[in-house]
Order: sequence, then structure tokens, then C-alpha cells
Amino acid sequence: MPVATLEVSAPLRMLHWLYPVLLLGCAYLIIPIIGTNYLFEAILLPFLALSLAGVGLNILTGYAGQVSLGSAAFLAVGAFAAYNFNLRVEGLPLIGCIVLAGFAAAAIGIVFGLPSLRLKGFYLAVSTLAAQFFVQWALTKFNWFSDNSASGVIDAPLLSVAGVAFNGAVRRYLFSLTVVTLLTLFAYRLVSSQTGRNFIAVRDNEAAARIIGVPVLKTKLVAFAISSFIIGVAGVLWAFTYLRTVEPAGFNLDRSFQILFIIIIGGLASIRGAFFGAALLVVSPLILSRLGSFLLGDLFNSGVLEMSQRIVLGVLIILFLILEPDGLVSLWDRIRKRTIARLKKR
Amino acid sequence: MNSMNRVLGGPATAYFPADVAAERWELDGPGEEAYAAADIALGLEGVSLSFGGVVALENIDLAVRRGEIKAIIGPNGAGKSSLINIISGVYRPDHGRVRMAANRFTSVPTQKLAHLGIARTFQNLALFKGLSVVDNVISGRAYKVRSTFLGQVLGVGRSRSEEADVHGRATKVLNFLNLTHVSHRLAGSLPYGLQKRVELARALVAEPAILLLDEPMAGMTEPEKAEMTEFVRAANREHGTTIVLIEHDIGVVMELSDNIAVLDYGRKIADGTPEEIGSDQRVIDAYLGIAAENIGGEGI
Amino acid sequence: MSGFDWQFFLEVLIGGLLSGVMYSLVAIGFVLIYKTSGVLNFAQGAMLLFAALTFVSLVERGVPFALALIITFAVMVAIGIAIERVVLRPLTNRPPMTLFMATLGLSYVLEGAAQLLWGTQVHGLNLGIDDVPFEVGGIFISQFDFFAAAVAAALVLSLSIFFRYARVGLAFRAVADDQFAALAVGLRLPRIWATVWAVAGLVALVAGLLWGARLGVQFSLSLVVLKALPVLVLGGFDSVPGAIVGGLIIGASEKLAEVYIGEYFGGGIESWFAYVVALAFLLIRPSGIFGQKLVERV
Repeated sequence: MPVATLEVSAPLRMLHWLYPVLLLGCAYLIIPIIGTNYLFEAILLPFLALSLAGVGLNILTGYAGQVSLGSAAFLAVGAFAAYNFNLRVEGLPLIGCIVLAGFAAAAIGIVFGLPSLRLKGFYLAVSTLAAQFFVQWALTKFNWFSDNSASGVIDAPLLSVAGVAFNGAVRRYLFSLTVVTLLTLFAYRLVSSQTGRNFIAVRDNEAAARIIGVPVLKTKLVAFAISSFIIGVAGVLWAFTYLRTVEPAGFNLDRSFQILFIIIIGGLASIRGAFFGAALLVVSPLILSRLGSFLLGDLFNSGVLEMSQRIVLGVLIILFLILEPDGLVSLWDRIRKRTIARLKKR
Repeated sequence: MNSMNRVLGGPATAYFPADVAAERWELDGPGEEAYAAADIALGLEGVSLSFGGVVALENIDLAVRRGEIKAIIGPNGAGKSSLINIISGVYRPDHGRVRMAANRFTSVPTQKLAHLGIARTFQNLALFKGLSVVDNVISGRAYKVRSTFLGQVLGVGRSRSEEADVHGRATKVLNFLNLTHVSHRLAGSLPYGLQKRVELARALVAEPAILLLDEPMAGMTEPEKAEMTEFVRAANREHGTTIVLIEHDIGVVMELSDNIAVLDYGRKIADGTPEEIGSDQRVIDAYLGIAAENIGGEGI
Repeated sequence: MSGFDWQFFLEVLIGGLLSGVMYSLVAIGFVLIYKTSGVLNFAQGAMLLFAALTFVSLVERGVPFALALIITFAVMVAIGIAIERVVLRPLTNRPPMTLFMATLGLSYVLEGAAQLLWGTQVHGLNLGIDDVPFEVGGIFISQFDFFAAAVAAALVLSLSIFFRYARVGLAFRAVADDQFAALAVGLRLPRIWATVWAVAGLVALVAGLLWGARLGVQFSLSLVVLKALPVLVLGGFDSVPGAIVGGLIIGASEKLAEVYIGEYFGGGIESWFAYVVALAFLLIRPSGIFGQKLVERV
């Protein structure tokens, strides 16, 4: 649940902005210099795309309380829409493709959000699976989406904005970072706006929200639309900056669950949470594979790795739900507070 | 309980001549003029409701005059909350109609309730636990918002003035109800009595013409009740808000109300001023019981 | 244009209904848990996979059929009780959605564990029933489908009877209706929950064997859960008759759609068709076939 906003004095309010600014400074200026190719390709690029997807899902599930199990469908819609806009609309700049892809995902999101007007809870969660299966089926079935390529796997176009090419790991990283930063800022503003308050009102008590005049149906559809837009753009980043290929297979049910896990582990109804959760989910398999091959040697083959990753992920989810239901964010805040208190004591 | 029904089973008007004027329009099937002349803000006409064969309300007529505090009392299960839920559109009555100013509804459209000038509080708290107190109060103005989410995010156009406006109003209401010191706490973290008060704040900030209060003092301590009584009275006097009050504390009801309707087993058995209700021997015997000692505005 | 082949239609319909019973079987496992603990147990599919994989691996290692069955059943009961103990009990009084997410995590653990333990290769499972179609009045029916449907029907029936008459069954229903009241009259909830999870293990075993025999025992077996979910949406998460009728409707409409309109979509529509049927139905009747409509309380 969201952290209480406390009455803070002006200097503290500055501090509130200090951390993100420092972090961004570091991400823009220092990491590109010191980062290795491996850091960008294996960690930061998937991290950024998944974080953004987590931000998108958190708006829908964390803030507006509508559980979705079909996020990967919107990633796929975004990726394929951007690819096709780029392919079929002559002279449309890349940014235009990405924005239009977001709108395409938002439109599909509204369609699959319509059941939320009648269904709640588990019924809605299950109905969002319809999006997952339908979209994946359509993208596989109709080869037109993949430009009639025989394998269904297509190369993402080169990234370029206003004549500047974003090829190479560092440039793709900077591109992704910029998109993620802008949309995250958007999400921050959104959740503290009247629309954001309406989201939480609908989540916490839908009946009361309706009675006091919160436009419940509109609020739900807006949540689906914005969430799908952001997830759609995340899909573009995933395909264009990280994988550099576009294929339906990568956007399966496991991916949907992965994004759900990101916000559970990171913290529901927290924008920061999506980044925390994504970091853990991207990094932990890498650590696990290093650790496994170090401890078990050849016994730790790819099959064993995959299965133990599943187990670890499952255990993590259960542990977080039991021990830290507000996610890594609340754990982080607690540790920070304690550290500050200890420092002050000295 | 059966004997009481027998004693009080007749038409309520017979016992309370003072209310006859208001009753007549109900009985005659009034035109708009009669309605306006009686200055009725809210009326029920022959409303019945049942849940799977169990009758919750039976042929209820009720008139609430503009600017009055009308209490609805009765034992548990008498149908008081069902009545409020019908007025606010949560339940749809099997028969009968609800009148609000010039409108007649067979079923009140919940999503338009705020626009009709009606706000309510809930018997079991219905605050938004994940929002701060001030944000809960602000959500009471959500029905007025016309800016789009994009405008709000970019902070342009109408959204700026709207945001300033709601914050100003919320601050005033929080001040009025002595809630300023908790305005940035999460609503769910407050003690029960304060949460009830935040609900009142959320309802008042909408500036309703009619305010429905469903047991606003249940579970409160005596000092909290006294405070709440003053708030309700002030809302009524200072803003001219018409109030429909459901409350178990007879002392509070006698002290606050201009008129009282008594429900029992889903039927209205009496309707009149506190004096009339209080002095009616059969009401005292059958329902008010020992609480009668406190009648006369002293409170308990 | 007079050539509508009724015989063929009936054949498809019956085939669909029979596979619908298989959907019902999985759905019943959900209903059982949902009714008593309010949890939508997503791990049902993983339990099914775990059971089938354990059984097949035991048989392949030379354990006699009956003994393998008993061992697997014991393992499933143990797993059921462990789940209740380790995962669900610490989450008592949490929102239903939290419990659901926990079972989602659980399904990851079980799928991973089953395959880590027994390997990821595909196993054939032979229950000793020949899949030779037999003929009734000119209509061919798959013998295996018929057998599977009969077993499923028997299990469903005995569970319904168990629910209705046995003492534990009565306790189940009390718990399902009102947990607090059940506590108040002295029913020992943890024990009942453990029993429910053990029974869910049994259902997973039976469903795992039947589905495993048809599809082969492999990872995708756990995706059977995705077939049961639309059935549940249709029939209501809390209704045994709903699960049965829902399964039949989904099974029949899916087969008919695949045969008659599938070609217009280029085939492969079974992955989402059931969901569309369930959603379309729910838009008309939000409370499902039998699920009771809860009165909104404020």
C-alpha cells in the first residue's frame, strides 16, 4: 500500500527530489562510461523494459485494484504495432511509431478491460487471460503481423531519432532510459492526481466510490488504457532495444506472470516498487546460475537451472507475500529509516 | 414484539395529527404543487423491499422537509439501513418510488446521486484505506471534476484551478471537524471515532442538499458522541443541509431531530416530533423503554 | 444445401461433452478448495502434473501399478497438507487475491520440483484402455474418452455425495458458508482445511492420470488448469453443479466451434475460444450458471 505522505518542510521536500535526480545523473553520466557490454545487454536493457512494464501493471493492479494476468499480450501488441507502423507507414519517425504502438495497446486494453465493468476479483483476473491467449494466437496465426516471414521471427528496425542512430548497447540503453524516465514521471504525476485518487478509491471500496460520485466505470477503463499504453511501450523497448527481434513466443503466459511477480515483490501501488522488483527478477537468475555452476559444476545444466529458477521464483513470491506483503520498497524504507536513526544516534 | 405490533399497527397518521399535512400529499398521490408547498426535499412513496422472501420494508411512506433533521429509529433489523440503501440506490425497491425534489425514481441511479445533491456516510466504515485523510475528503468532490487525466498529469488547463479549489474546500471542512492534525495520515490507520468523522467530512465537502447519516455515532465514546452531535447540528444550521439520521442512541436522536419516524419489522409505526414520539405512551412502552427517562433533550 | 450431417454433428457433440467431463474434473478440484478456504488455487494444474509425473516415474522404475498409485496418493496428501501448513496458514485473514498469488508462486515451485525430481522428458502413460472407437447407433465414440468420462463422473458424483452427507462433508459446507460461525461452533478449521487439501490432492491424481494418458505426461500437463478456468468463470467458483455443467458447455462448444467455424479463423482457436464463451455468457448473466449473487453490502 502507498506510503503515507507526511507533512514535510521545504528542505526535506528538496531531498525528496534529490535521490531520483542523483540516480538519474548516475544512470546518464556514470554508467555509460563504466558499464560493460554484458551489463547493458544482460542486465540493464531487460531491467528497464521490465521495470516500465511493472510501472504499467502497477497502475492497473496496484493502484486501481484490477488484477490482470495478461500483461504480456500488451507487450506483444506494443512490439508488433511499432514494428508494423515502422514497416508500413512511409516516413513515420520512430518516436511516432512508439507512441502509436502505445495507443494500439491502449485500444486493445480498453477492449479487454470491458469485462471489468461487470466482473470483479477472480472472475476479472481469469477473463484477462482471454487477452493473453487471443493476442498470442492472432499474432502467431496471421503472418501479416510478422511481414509474412517464414519463421515468424523478425528483426527489429534500427533505432534512430532525428537522424541520430541508437545502435550499440550504450546508445540503446540511453534511448531506453529516456523513454522509461519520461513515462515513469508521467506515472508519478498520474497517481498523485485526481485520477490517481479515483483509482485507489475504486480499489479500496468500489461501492462507496460509486455512491460519492467517483465515475467508477470511466476510472476502470482509463486505468486499463493507461496501463496498457505503458506496457505497450515497454513491449517496444523489450523487442527493439533488448532482444532486437520481434516474435510472439516471447510474450507468453510466463512473461505475464513475471510482470505480476515484479510488482508483488517490488511493492503493489508503488512506482518505485516496479524498479525494485524488476531488478531482483533480472539479477537473481544470473546469480543463481553463477552460484549453481560454482557449487555443482557440470551437474548444474540448463535444465536444472531452469527448474531451480522456477522454484526460487515461486518461493520468493510466497515468502514476500507472507513476510513482506508491501514488497521490497517497504523493506528498503525500513532499512533506510533504521540506518538514518542509527547514524543520528552517534 | 407481536403485542407491540398489534398496539401500534394502525396508520401512523392517526396518532400524530401534527404530521397530517405532510401525510396527506402522500395519501392523495400529490401533484408537484402540493409537493412544493409542503417543501419536501425527499420522499418515499409506498416503498417495499424484500430479500428472497424476507420482507425488509413494507409500504413505507416518508417525507423529509427541506432543512430539517429527520431521524429514523427502530430496533435492529427494522429496515433502517435498507431504507438508506434504497435512497442511495444500493438497493432497488420492489414497489414504490423515491422522490428527490422534482425527480421520481423507481430505482435511484447511484452514479448520479452526488449530482442530485445527496451524500451519505456508511454504517460500516467505507473510507478508502489507502488514501490519506485529506485525499479521502477530496474524493468527495470527485463528482465535480471535469479535467482529463492528461490535463492533470501535465498540470494545465482546468486541472490547476480544480486542484486548488478542492484542496481549499477540504482544508475548510477538515478545520470545521477538527481533523487538521491527522489530514496527512492514511485513513485506515486512524482510530474508529476519527474515521467516522472523516466520513462525515467526505460527505460534507460535496456540499449536499441532503445528507444521509447511517449510525454516525455507533461505537463512539460519550465525548466523541457529544462532539459529533455538535458537528451534525452545525452542518444543519450553518449550511441548511437536510439531514436523514439513523441512530441507536435515543438521547442523541431526541436532542438533534426535528422529526422522528419509527420503524419496526419493516413498517413505519410512528412519525412525528420528538415530543410526540416521546409522549406517546405506546411508543414508550413498546419500543423506547427505559430510554424514556432521558427524553426531553438531556441526552444520555 | 440439405446436407447437414446430423450424425457427424452428434459425434462431435458427444466427443465434446466427454472431454467436457474432463474439464469438469479439474474444475471440481478448484471448487473444493474455493468453497472451503476461499482460495482460487492456481496450483491445481501443477499438483496434477506432479501427481502424474510421480506415478509414471514410479511405474517406469518397476513399481507395480497399484503400489505406485498408493505411493503417489500418499505423496499428494502429504503435499496438500504441507501447502496448507506452510503457505496458507501464515496467510490466514489476508485478502483472497493475496492467497491466489501465493498459489501462483506455489505452482512455480511444484512445476519446478516435479521436473527437477523426475526430469523434463515426455512420458507415455498407459492405463490399459485401448483407444478403439465403439459404435452406438451409427455414432462412433472413443473408448478412452468414454472411460475417462466415466471415471471423472464417478469421482464427481462421490465428491458431491461426500459433500452432502458425510460428517466431514457437512463440516465442509459449514466452513464454506461461514468460517467464523464454523469456528464458533467448534469445528477445527485447520484439520478441515488439511482434509480438503488432501482431497484436492486425490482429485489432482485422478485428473493427472486421465489427462496424462491422453496428452502424455509432460510440462504442458499443468496448463490443463487454463482449460478449467473458463469453466469456473462460467459455472461459478463456488458451485459443484456449475463446474459440471460449465465443463460440458465449454467442452461441447469448443469442439463444435473447432469443427464448424475453426476453418474461418485458420484453426487453433481452442486456446481462447473457451474464454470468449465464458465471457459472453457472463456479460448476460454476471453471477454465472449457478453461483449465487451476493448482495452488495455497504
